[in-house]
Amino acid sequence: MNKVHNNRAWWLILPMLLLVAFSAVIPLMTVVNYSVQDVFDANTRFFTGTEWFKEMLNDPALQAAVLRQFAFSLTILAIEVPLGIGVALIMPKKGWQASAALILVTMPLLIPWNVVGSIWQIFTRGDIGLMGWSLRELGYGYNITSNPVDAWVTIILMDVWHWTSLIALLCYSGLRSIPDAYYQAARIDRASKWAVFRYIQLPKLTNVLVIGVLLRFMHSFMIYAEPFVLTGGGPGSSTTFLSQSLTTMAIGQQDLGPSAAFSLIYFLIILLVTWVFYTAIMNMQKDNNKGA
Amino acid sequence: MSLNLENIDRVVGGETHIADMNLTLEPGSFNVLLGRTLSGKTTLMRLMAGLDTPTRGRVLMNGQDVTGRSVRHRNVSMVYQQFINYPSLTVYDNIASPLKLAKAGRAEIDRRVRSIAEMLHIEHLLDRQPLELSGGQQQRTAMGRALVKDADVVLFDEPLVNLDYKLREEFREELRTVFSERNCIAVYATTEPAEALALGGNTAVLHQGRLLQYGPTADIYHRPSDIRAAEMFSEPPINIVKGILTDSEISFDDTLHFPVGNDFSTLVSGEYRFGIRASHISLTRRAKSDIEVHMTVDLAEISGSETFLHVHNEHFYMTAHLEGVHEFRVDAPVTLYFSAHKIYAFDHEGAVVHIPTHLRGI
Repeated sequence: MNKVHNNRAWWLILPMLLLVAFSAVIPLMTVVNYSVQDVFDANTRFFTGTEWFKEMLNDPALQAAVLRQFAFSLTILAIEVPLGIGVALIMPKKGWQASAALILVTMPLLIPWNVVGSIWQIFTRGDIGLMGWSLRELGYGYNITSNPVDAWVTIILMDVWHWTSLIALLCYSGLRSIPDAYYQAARIDRASKWAVFRYIQLPKLTNVLVIGVLLRFMHSFMIYAEPFVLTGGGPGSSTTFLSQSLTTMAIGQQDLGPSAAFSLIYFLIILLVTWVFYTAIMNMQKDNNKGA
Repeated sequence: MSLNLENIDRVVGGETHIADMNLTLEPGSFNVLLGRTLSGKTTLMRLMAGLDTPTRGRVLMNGQDVTGRSVRHRNVSMVYQQFINYPSLTVYDNIASPLKLAKAGRAEIDRRVRSIAEMLHIEHLLDRQPLELSGGQQQRTAMGRALVKDADVVLFDEPLVNLDYKLREEFREELRTVFSERNCIAVYATTEPAEALALGGNTAVLHQGRLLQYGPTADIYHRPSDIRAAEMFSEPPINIVKGILTDSEISFDDTLHFPVGNDFSTLVSGEYRFGIRASHISLTRRAKSDIEVHMTVDLAEISGSETFLHVHNEHFYMTAHLEGVHEFRVDAPVTLYFSAHKIYAFDHEGAVVHIPTHLRGI
């Protein structure tokens, strides 16, 4: 049988191609351009090859920032995911209480990042902040500008306060989609609350949790405004995360070459980790489906 | 193990879902709850299971009052219209789950799971997960979970609604076999009279939360206690025509007169409502005594190898259930025949006053 190929169909993807070019490829290519050159002014530039990349990868300050970034992201995931599931489980299911709970839970999500930073900055101040003042009155010398542990705990608290709601809302919608008959069947089986959670609710939540974990990981890996406003990256550099290091380098010091190289590395790390997360979770599901 | 419901009411938010229900289910019996949507079948099952408590009345199991006892302390199991299984567990673990929760031994669990799986023809699927199975196989798994634990009462809430026709027939047959060997009470809810007839056992006809009639299925079908029970237990519903009985004849709305023999001799003359089953009406004369009636076609509804023929004349409507495919134009005239010996009669309150003579003695 002779198949007639109609290649005019290719024209249909042209608009998409242009869109992607303008939104992603062209901006990204300028960064690639800078990352392999040393630019002095509009006419003076030298090709540097992979030099900037090597420099960035070997920079101890940046290595520390990467580690700090991973520590932060993994910590908040470890807290926000179980906590979010927990909140979703105890949220009321019907009546005005359900609406009230939804609004309350959504509230933190509606506040802009730098406002959250400011709120917590004031909240933790020793002289006028509720938390800072109370802790001091209780005899604990709480100070986020001099004590790195205090700074870390506060930033994590702030992130948990800001973003647990996202996981909770996702899980809440997941839980609502489980038909009542499942719970009845479990009661008839005399299944415990734990068994209901482990064998009915958790499996039904996997899909929304995948989305939740990926979103929260990417988000937290790019965190900038909140810690910047709250601690400015200090004390010392103890809360300086990747994006802040990058901003300092690119805007503060105008080191365009190294910061372009660093941007690309940053981008690749996020891409890689997200892919690993996604693949791992999908494989877990597949194994589950095949049955041990 | 017998199950008694005594004067049960269930009222939810001012709405009566079950009213004055009295029902005794014998040990080892297979019982069908027949009724349309909202007739209270599911509510009644939930009360039997202990998922809900009645507003009034008592539930007795083997003579023991279990009214307030929660489902966790009763030995029941239930199969739903949706296919309900633990999504992350294999078929084996799904079926084993009630036994595990009851802390049975490993060898015991294995033996029982395998014998149930074999009975339900899913022994080759034990390692799979429910979502990898077809609907029928998922429902078999759910049935396995319900049957494995030797419950005193096994409840089926329209379990075959979501399955195809062929599978349903297969299931019904298997169900009857499975339960003939057991001593538990089986309760099976359905909206379809044909399914109730196929399942046999006993049937309870429900209507708007009330029990209309309970007894052996064939009995209920042949000898309905009133118009509503007759209507509920026939598809299409039995034709009801107003008429007047005199000593020698019956007249339907003054237009159709026909003589009656000794059939109606016990009835006093007067106004009655007469019931003619749709399946007792035919296009051809089957006996000399058959009554001929001239009607106009409203609609010929063809389903598979059967035709539901809806007809009317100036005074009444009728539906005939015909074997085979018959096509009719709308408004075409048609002559139908039915036998006077197969007519039911109901009084003005709807209670049955005459049952076809040949059905009385069964």
